[in-house]
Amino acid sequence: MKKALISVTGLDTTGIIARVATKLYEMNINILDITQTILGGYFTMMMVVDLDGAQRSFEEINRELEPVRDELKMSIHMQRMDIFDAMHRI
Amino acid sequence: MIETREILQTMHMIQQENFDIRTITLGINLLDCSDRDAKKCAERVYEKICRTAANLVRTGEEIETELGIPIVNKRISVTPVSLICQDDPRPIALALDRAAAEVGVNFLGGYSALMHKGATQADERLLASIPEVLSETKLLCSSVNVASTRAGINMNAVKEMGEIIKKTAELTAAQDGLGCAKLVVFANAVEDNPFMAGAFCGVGEPECAINVGVSGPGVVKVALEHVKGEPFDIVAETIKRTAFKITRVGQLVAKEASKRMNIPFGIVDLSLAPTPARGDSVAHILTEMGLENAGAPGTTAALALLNDAVKKGGIMASNHVGGLSGAFIPVSEDIGMIEAVSAGALTLEKLEAMTCVCSVGLDMIAIPGDTSAATISGIIADEAAIGMINNKTTAVRVIPAVGKKAGDLVEFGGLLGRAPVMSVNQQKNNEFIARGGRIPAPVHSMRN
Repeated sequence: MKKALISVTGLDTTGIIARVATKLYEMNINILDITQTILGGYFTMMMVVDLDGAQRSFEEINRELEPVRDELKMSIHMQRMDIFDAMHRI
Repeated sequence: MIETREILQTMHMIQQENFDIRTITLGINLLDCSDRDAKKCAERVYEKICRTAANLVRTGEEIETELGIPIVNKRISVTPVSLICQDDPRPIALALDRAAAEVGVNFLGGYSALMHKGATQADERLLASIPEVLSETKLLCSSVNVASTRAGINMNAVKEMGEIIKKTAELTAAQDGLGCAKLVVFANAVEDNPFMAGAFCGVGEPECAINVGVSGPGVVKVALEHVKGEPFDIVAETIKRTAFKITRVGQLVAKEASKRMNIPFGIVDLSLAPTPARGDSVAHILTEMGLENAGAPGTTAALALLNDAVKKGGIMASNHVGGLSGAFIPVSEDIGMIEAVSAGALTLEKLEAMTCVCSVGLDMIAIPGDTSAATISGIIADEAAIGMINNKTTAVRVIPAVGKKAGDLVEFGGLLGRAPVMSVNQQKNNEFIARGGRIPAPVHSMRN
């Protein structure tokens, strides 16, 4: 399974989760886990997703997230989970 | 499952603490390009590098995006040029520089000669060409190995290198002696080093290999901020844990690059490499341990602890460790070192002592432009002696700043940074350097 972390940070507003989740749904990307919190007034959400169903490259998925970034005016960052596994698990 | 705090820690390291992969360096064997005719050799060299490294930069950028970690440099190291050319090596130098530009790498290393025991005719031709070549090329780096623990110190080469460094500085005087920033003199040079200016692909290396150098002094500094006032046992443990995490990412990047390019993974270099940016300094790790500035009494001990803990933490994190592995202490590339020199806290002699316990040696140090070739040779000989006796790699990369004196500033820009010109001991050593010959290899029993 090709897992990635999508982190979303910025000013809190309505519909953040809905917009991001809808875009992922359109690309057939399954959400495996989701946490969200407000840190110092900033909305911070982290989603672990499974990219296998997407049938697109990492770069393409990233590009598809571009309009959501612009629309929400939030930082949306996607990176493969491997980096966290490498650092924190033996 | 990875916990949120772990994810945040990784993101914080990358975004706030300047954690990056310093370099993916592709080692390429050029022995099969050898020819009596330099032009033919140059054509083969150009073709082979362009073919082998065609995807290097793109692969690096893909990994960078997918893992979300900056990979600052993509580089190439090649077989020492003196081994592949039996003619004037200049055409090969130009071909290497063109190939590096063509594939888009930041630097290419290997305009090198290994002459720790003596020089071949090819070594001599290469040495003579270094000043001109470094003033005419942009991306090419040069290194010369003048000593080893098994062979001793080639004092003829040491003498010559003093003169070559002077000449290189003069030919690149308009850029504050930039040519000398691309030239390093080694004792016990290693064959799989991914760092510049000293990277080359040694003769014991495979056809090609991916070598990765990690970085992250800022991450170590921040980790130590959390253990203020604790005893050194805790300090060492904290550095080890941090180095482990840093190196694991280096290993991941190396494996990924190796798989995508179908080129064997060589080594991860367990290094702490600073940049001139604030928050990316090795010297500031030392000050975090409780020293006012790098250079204060205790600095050598602090650096010894740091260097050892980085290795201990890193070794378990990677299948294969190599290169120079340890903390680098370049002056111009480290804001904390620049500050220490400017404050009068750090002298050339203290730096020399520090090189006994850490990776490499006197690095990126600007010295007065009127420093004699013999004095530079003396500095090289001292550093080579430390490497030879202690069975470690040492190096000298000094930059005579033409027309400048101690206290003036030289500016190289980018990762090479800026440096206050350091004063050099004025005592004469001309007769010592004029002797030439070889200093015999040391005995390795009765170690005291």
